[in-house]
Amino acid sequence: MTTPLIELKDIVKTFGSVIALNGVSTSVDKGQVLCLLGDNGAGKSTLIKTLSGVHIPTKGEILIEGKPVTFRSPRDAQRYGIATVHQHLSIQPLMSVSRNFFMGQEPTSGQNWLGPLNLLRKDFADKTAAEEMAKMGIDIRDPNQIVGTMSGGERQVLAIARAIYFGAKVLILDEPTAALGVKQAGVVLKYIAQVKAKGLAVVFITHNVHHAYPVADKFTILKRGQSYGTFMKEDVSREDVLAMMAGKEELDELEAELEEFARADGARVDGKASALEAAAAAERALAQNLHAESESLKKGP
Amino acid sequence: MALKTAVSQDERVRQISWFNRLLSRPEFGALAGAILVFVMFSVFAWDSASNSSGFLGWRAVITWLQFSAEIGIIGIGATLLMIGGEFDLSVGSIIGMTSLIVLAPIVLYGWAPWQAILLTLAVAVLLGWINGTLVNSTGLPSFIVTLAFLYIYRGLTLVVTRALTGGATRVDIQALVGQKGIVDVPQAREFIRSDWLAQMFSGEIWGSPKLVQLLGNIGLIPITERRVLDPETGQRIAQNLPIIDGFPVALGWWIILTIVAIIILQRTQLGNWIFGTGGHAESARNMGVPTNRVKVILFIGTSVFATILSLLQVFETGSSEVLRGQLKEFEAIIVAVIGGTLLTGGYGSVAGAFWGALIYGMIARGTEIVRWMPNDWFRIFLGVGLLAAVLFNTYIRKRATEAK
Ligand SMILES: Nc1ncnc2c1ncn2[C@@H]1O[C@H](COP(=O)(O)OP(=O)(O)OP(=O)(O)O)[C@@H](O)[C@H]1O
Ligand SMILES: [Mg+2]
Repeated sequence: MTTPLIELKDIVKTFGSVIALNGVSTSVDKGQVLCLLGDNGAGKSTLIKTLSGVHIPTKGEILIEGKPVTFRSPRDAQRYGIATVHQHLSIQPLMSVSRNFFMGQEPTSGQNWLGPLNLLRKDFADKTAAEEMAKMGIDIRDPNQIVGTMSGGERQVLAIARAIYFGAKVLILDEPTAALGVKQAGVVLKYIAQVKAKGLAVVFITHNVHHAYPVADKFTILKRGQSYGTFMKEDVSREDVLAMMAGKEELDELEAELEEFARADGARVDGKASALEAAAAAERALAQNLHAESESLKKGP
Repeated sequence: MALKTAVSQDERVRQISWFNRLLSRPEFGALAGAILVFVMFSVFAWDSASNSSGFLGWRAVITWLQFSAEIGIIGIGATLLMIGGEFDLSVGSIIGMTSLIVLAPIVLYGWAPWQAILLTLAVAVLLGWINGTLVNSTGLPSFIVTLAFLYIYRGLTLVVTRALTGGATRVDIQALVGQKGIVDVPQAREFIRSDWLAQMFSGEIWGSPKLVQLLGNIGLIPITERRVLDPETGQRIAQNLPIIDGFPVALGWWIILTIVAIIILQRTQLGNWIFGTGGHAESARNMGVPTNRVKVILFIGTSVFATILSLLQVFETGSSEVLRGQLKEFEAIIVAVIGGTLLTGGYGSVAGAFWGALIYGMIARGTEIVRWMPNDWFRIFLGVGLLAAVLFNTYIRKRATEAK
């Protein structure tokens, strides 16, 4: 087997007395989508933050193409072509769309000796930000619009468009579809497929198995800061993944409770079956869609 | 279902008039306020304007412009820092400390003025670096850290000055008399003024005395009989000269620093980083902005700006005092806030601080010029002005973030 693009080895991260990660290992290859799954507080965000330079791991190693690296700041990770959409988006509400889009990686006149005193290329920034957002299906009215005035989904698209624009090797997405409408979520999944086809590695966090399953190649399940296991898609079914995400017993318990409610209401509906059916149908539609998109991608324009 | 998207003219965009655009700029309130104050004092002091000592008389104009310039210079530093999300309350103490660091070596140890100035600027950088680094490493609010340094720097200045001078809290260029063949205070002033670097901080803007003479000759500036020192005889003689000597050098510093700061804030990468650091530091850091470095740079900035003011004052008055600069930190913040800068950071304008400083200077000196308006009123005006500015800015910002 070839060396993976990124490998995490026994990552431990503690915050004072809190052990957020306790020896997590996983890896992701070029052209592969790794999906991180797990409960709230399992440590998913903490793990990707060590990968994007926000946190320095307490113990453990990050290897890029087999070589150990240390990220002291997000800037270091960016230099390796890692771009991240954080759960909280990392957006400046009082600043404009285009200033947000290029925050930290501004296009400048490029005189080395001037350092950060280089002039911004404002026209380029405005044009690019608007174009990249439009590709994701959001027509921003004005690149100088203050982000605080945009809707939650629009902000999320801004953060994703930015990461896709800057991600040269690795794209990390922490619950990128949480606030998105069906159409935009579809666009994001399509982009993940496209980015993967370009040969980037993608790390994708979601609580939605219907978003995870169609695009992922590999699943790593985290539980209370520990790795519960890593599975290739060939080896697991959608139901397996769902069960592992929530825990089989918990899911059964939940179903039983819900049935209890339904009975109390006096409405004898087979809620479980019909809900599952609806979900499955929606998923099939999405999967077909994605399939069609990726086919057309392969054919090229 | 196709997921295609098209770029098109969005029907949800409403055309916004230039007036609305102007209204939604952070500096608008300060500009409007400056015009209002100017008109107010011009009207109140109308009759005194004819004898050229009123609010619009040349001498008065120079006086309030110089006052505005001095506040304006530290206002720029406070504005940039506040946009970056921090405060510096040690500005006043830095002014006191650097005033002594520059003058003491010259009069007590015979340094050349330029050497003392370079040392002082280096100390200014160091003081700013200390402030910034401590704010970063302790994670405490800069309000608290720099409040501590307000006392520490002032106390240090007092202790060291007393020790060096044998108990005095003041150093004067008079002490130069008797050294280097200097026989009187005017000669001592001349000695300092002839230094290539001290020149930049004393007297008039380069070339402006000639300009004023020219304007006097064509009748734009009144000519009066003035008593001046004859350089040959050392006697005071009467001469017909323009009513002012030129434009004070502080004015030049104020305008140039304002322009430089506007360019840095609005047009450079560092400017974007400053807004980001103050708006939401964690987000900015996640996006690769070196926020700690930005903060240290900003603290060095306020310290250097305070020191420039200090140098201007030392060479203007020919003296340094331990207590110089008290309350200046608040005046700088007032100017920034009147200028439309948000106390919580991430939003503001250097141009606004320029107009804010002008308002400050006009009110402070205007209440002296308008006779029937006691100067004691000046603080009341400023307080009310500050409140009005904050209310107005809140309103403007709401407009800017809602209806843009
Ligand atoms: N900076 C921090 N200081 C202290 N504890 C932290 C910090 N960051 C994370 N933690 C803790 O680490 C654990 C894992 O948090 P993390 O944000 O990684 O969870 P997550 O898997 O992303 O959850 P979610 O699905 O809700 O986003 C939590 O218990 C959290 O309280
Ligand atoms: Mg999370």
